[in-house]
Amino acid sequence: MLIELPPRIDDRTNARVVMLAKELKARCASRLRDVVVGYSSVTVYFDPLTMDMGWLEREARAADDGLRESAAIRGARIEVPVRYGGESGPDLQDVAAFAGLSQADVIAIHSSATYRVYMMGFVPGFAYMAVVDPRIAPPRRGSPRERVPAGSVAIAAGQTGIYPIETPGGWHVIGRTDLKPYDPIRADPFLFHPGDEVRFTVVPVASAGGPS
Amino acid sequence: MPALVVARPGMLTTVQDLGRWGQQASGVPVAGPMDAYSHRLANRLASNADDAAALEVTLIGPELVSRGSLVCAVAGAGFSVALNDTPIDTRSCFEVPDGSRIRFGSRGPGARASLAVRGGFDVPATFGSRATSLVSRMGPFGRALREGDELPVAMSAPRVAPRGKPLQLPGGGSRVRVLLGPHDSMFTADAVTALLSSRFVVTPQSNRMGYRLAGARLERRDETELLSEATPMGSLQVTSSGQPILLMADRQTTGGYPRIATVISADQPAAGQLAPGDWIEFVACTRDEAVDALRRQEAALAGAGS
Repeated sequence: MLIELPPRIDDRTNARVVMLAKELKARCASRLRDVVVGYSSVTVYFDPLTMDMGWLEREARAADDGLRESAAIRGARIEVPVRYGGESGPDLQDVAAFAGLSQADVIAIHSSATYRVYMMGFVPGFAYMAVVDPRIAPPRRGSPRERVPAGSVAIAAGQTGIYPIETPGGWHVIGRTDLKPYDPIRADPFLFHPGDEVRFTVVPVASAGGPS
Repeated sequence: MPALVVARPGMLTTVQDLGRWGQQASGVPVAGPMDAYSHRLANRLASNADDAAALEVTLIGPELVSRGSLVCAVAGAGFSVALNDTPIDTRSCFEVPDGSRIRFGSRGPGARASLAVRGGFDVPATFGSRATSLVSRMGPFGRALREGDELPVAMSAPRVAPRGKPLQLPGGGSRVRVLLGPHDSMFTADAVTALLSSRFVVTPQSNRMGYRLAGARLERRDETELLSEATPMGSLQVTSSGQPILLMADRQTTGGYPRIATVISADQPAAGQLAPGDWIEFVACTRDEAVDALRRQEAALAGAGS
């Protein structure tokens, strides 16, 4: 079952779907196979042979009615230290060229905003964060890279994210972090959850010429 | 501990159970078998629970050597299977004495078979599942099996389940039922007609994640960019070039392409038996028909009727 709200990337819409998913799980988790949050949607997986669709629809409506408009949830605040540019961020130059700015400007813009985790997807632990300043948010790369290293910080189409594992990827890689969005041996393997607020901070890159 | 040892891995042999459910909200793919019906049937023939870990074998099967005596069962694609070079009847389970060699040979209809062993494979679980996701490299090996891999076998009390009928295997292609949507209204009427009246072919660019289909271009009338949302198995997503991709077991959890239709659960096993070069046709049905088809399939698996 797919529950759709007006398709918008905004905090209120997303906060509502995050809370709706939570509320639905609280009401009938044991009878649901999975609940997945999108930017503006909730998808519920269930077994139609053991659960009546009409009943589930009524539960979803009741869960939604129970949400208070104003009660936007506040997620965790997470700081992500990033080594921008160079080998860590091979596409920083391209993004700067797209923006008509210097690399330092792109770094300053990317690291000055607070981003919201709207949803998780793609691979385990990958968080879709938005909204990236449109000046530094080119569309996806024409052809995806075969291998993007784990920890790569990337931007595309108004979003930013961190690759949890090495995979192919079509976003522009501007830096790298040592934080692990997915770590199977951590108490909570997932660093990010929908609703979290994320800031990127600049790690000075040691230059070959020693301390400056 | 008894085990199966991989002597030759075959083309693509993976450990699968019924999938890693419950973590998709964190981006963890479900994975699991391409043909869940045959996975469950193989487990039932081996007196296991439906979700025990078994091997999924693809197109060219493996060669396996037993350590300790085992009881195995095979369901799905029509492979010839030999035990120490003697062909065996795969309609029921078979005993595998210590040091025996199980060899998959020529393949009849279907693309994938499940090999279950009584007790199930005792390999580590991640988030409660032993399914292998090739893309996120999750699961007991995090990859397809290789020569020398050892698969320990758990000892457990056999449960006797009624044996169901084998899946009707596609001979060169399959006609599957779909529910239109959720984004069919974003496509032209011609595109919907083409989807339901023409034949598509599974291209070589197809794998456990999904089948890229060749055939009619499915044109959109509404070019609005969609926001990413969950992508269930059986979704027919359409790329910007108009090519449909049928999302299969190892799909990502979410995606942003419009989905013109979804293959119903009861017909996903048949889709999972297709190989590159096979044809596929889509027929629209209603939600009630989809649930009814699933109910009848469950009855067939439970051995009801004949």
